[in-house]
Amino acid sequence: MRHFPTLLRHELRSLFFSSSTYVAAVLFLLLMAGIYYLILVQYSADEFPMPPSEMFFQTFWLPVLFMVPLLTMRSLAEERRMHTLETLLSAPVTTVEVILSKFFAAWIFYCLLWLCTLSFPLIASYGSGGTIAKGELFNGAVYVGGLSYVCLSGLLFIAVGILSSTLTRSQLVAGMLSFGILFILLLGPKLAGAQELGLWADWLHGPLQYLDITQHRDSFVRGILDTRPFFYYLTNSTIVLAIAALVVESKA
Amino acid sequence: MRDLSKRYGPVAALRGVSFSIPKGEVVGFLGPNGAGKSTTLRILCGLMPADSGVAKVCGVSLAQDPIGARRHIGYMPENNPLPEDMKVVEYLRLRGRLKNLSGRTLRARVEEVMDLCDLRRKARRKLIGSLSKGYRQRVGIADAILANPAVAILDEPTIGLDPHQVITIRTLLSQLRGKMTTIISSHILPEIELSCDRVVIINNGRVVAVGTPAELRREFVPGRSYQMEVAGDVEKLSGILRARFAGLQVKAEEAADADGFHRLVLKSEQSANLSEALLAAAVEAKVGRVRGLFQKEPTLEDVFLAATLRNWDVAGEPHENGAR
Repeated sequence: MRHFPTLLRHELRSLFFSSSTYVAAVLFLLLMAGIYYLILVQYSADEFPMPPSEMFFQTFWLPVLFMVPLLTMRSLAEERRMHTLETLLSAPVTTVEVILSKFFAAWIFYCLLWLCTLSFPLIASYGSGGTIAKGELFNGAVYVGGLSYVCLSGLLFIAVGILSSTLTRSQLVAGMLSFGILFILLLGPKLAGAQELGLWADWLHGPLQYLDITQHRDSFVRGILDTRPFFYYLTNSTIVLAIAALVVESKA
Repeated sequence: MRDLSKRYGPVAALRGVSFSIPKGEVVGFLGPNGAGKSTTLRILCGLMPADSGVAKVCGVSLAQDPIGARRHIGYMPENNPLPEDMKVVEYLRLRGRLKNLSGRTLRARVEEVMDLCDLRRKARRKLIGSLSKGYRQRVGIADAILANPAVAILDEPTIGLDPHQVITIRTLLSQLRGKMTTIISSHILPEIELSCDRVVIINNGRVVAVGTPAELRREFVPGRSYQMEVAGDVEKLSGILRARFAGLQVKAEEAADADGFHRLVLKSEQSANLSEALLAAAVEAKVGRVRGLFQKEPTLEDVFLAATLRNWDVAGEPHENGAR
């Protein structure tokens, strides 16, 4: 892993110098700001069972579906299309170093974007002129739990994006593939769990509940640090990245 | 390399390729399209594994320690893919770090290769995407030799360049002679002939010829060719020369030039130089005037065609253009 810091710096530099990254960032922040605004409007009109910050994290899956493909689809697909991956791998670097540098660069950027959403309650508090109590807008425990969950789950989602990018030379195909897998991962267990599975498949309820990311998110947002989600996200992202490294080695 | 084999599904790309290259030599790697050149070079760079056989660079096995072997190799791939959005100096520094250079050594070596490749003045701070093809090739070569590797592998370094740029790259390559072993893969045969000490010709996944251009000429295009410019009775002179020199083939061009001189192409199977004897015989014959006699060296192209044709004959596979 000697070259990992060099490669990570290079990948972060590429991300921060790329115009498409900023387009994705602006889209993300606009969408999240819109969602936050709608939550505030609803919150001020009705009695809400939960604070706006908790509501805000309930919608986290929506930006994941388009942000992660946008951030990761270019990483390896473009390198393979331009044949620069061949040049990169002709230096004494390992495929694991290459994959991990691309993965962590995208993950750091993803986390930074989510950290930017911390400004929403501050702006809302300033804009409302003190009509909404600060404590209700900025619930520290919810934000710490929510952001911790977003960063943890982001490991798996970004890993899926990186794997999709290794499978094809086309950025578009990589993006669509990533979107498809993330859709199944994010909403599949929830939708399947809601179905009447019948007696023969009753045993599936347990595993589906374990895979349901909304359950993980709710635990984190309520401040419960369960080790099972940690295990789930860390092991799965490791497996997905290992597959990505094998794909790169076999296709190099 | 010993007995290297590689298959892509049902297609055998390499069938027992074996050759070795001594330290400091500049070697040309030739072969028609699909002969297995790029596959051999990619295996040699540790980018893909061989199915069987042994490949070693500086004694390090590519199968057992590909990363260790890559430390001894500088590679410029075909088409020289480079990141468009980096400046030349930034790119070379990044590549240097990845090749285990750091600190002062890195900075000094980057400046050195930029000097050697004439990148320092004009291209240092330019984006690679804005460089001309010639400068991009120089960046590729600078990257390949950056870490002072024991072996520099350059895949088609002069392809797509204008004659001025070709001369620049040729000069650059000649500066590497003796400093590092250089393998140049190319389709441009005169280029290989000018730059390389030795030539490896690969065809149909097999090495069909290895040697210096002179050795290969002797093996694949034996004998000597001469060209004589004669005015007068060409037919009679041809007959006299044929009678005087056993096995001499004489072919006369029918059309004479503006001064009335015909061109005679003479082919002898003897390896001895017959220039003086031929000239004396032509003058003695007194059937015309002789303006000149030149010995024609078979080009590497002739060697290449002869070597690949022989390999196809051995392999028993059909030729294109009904050559078989």
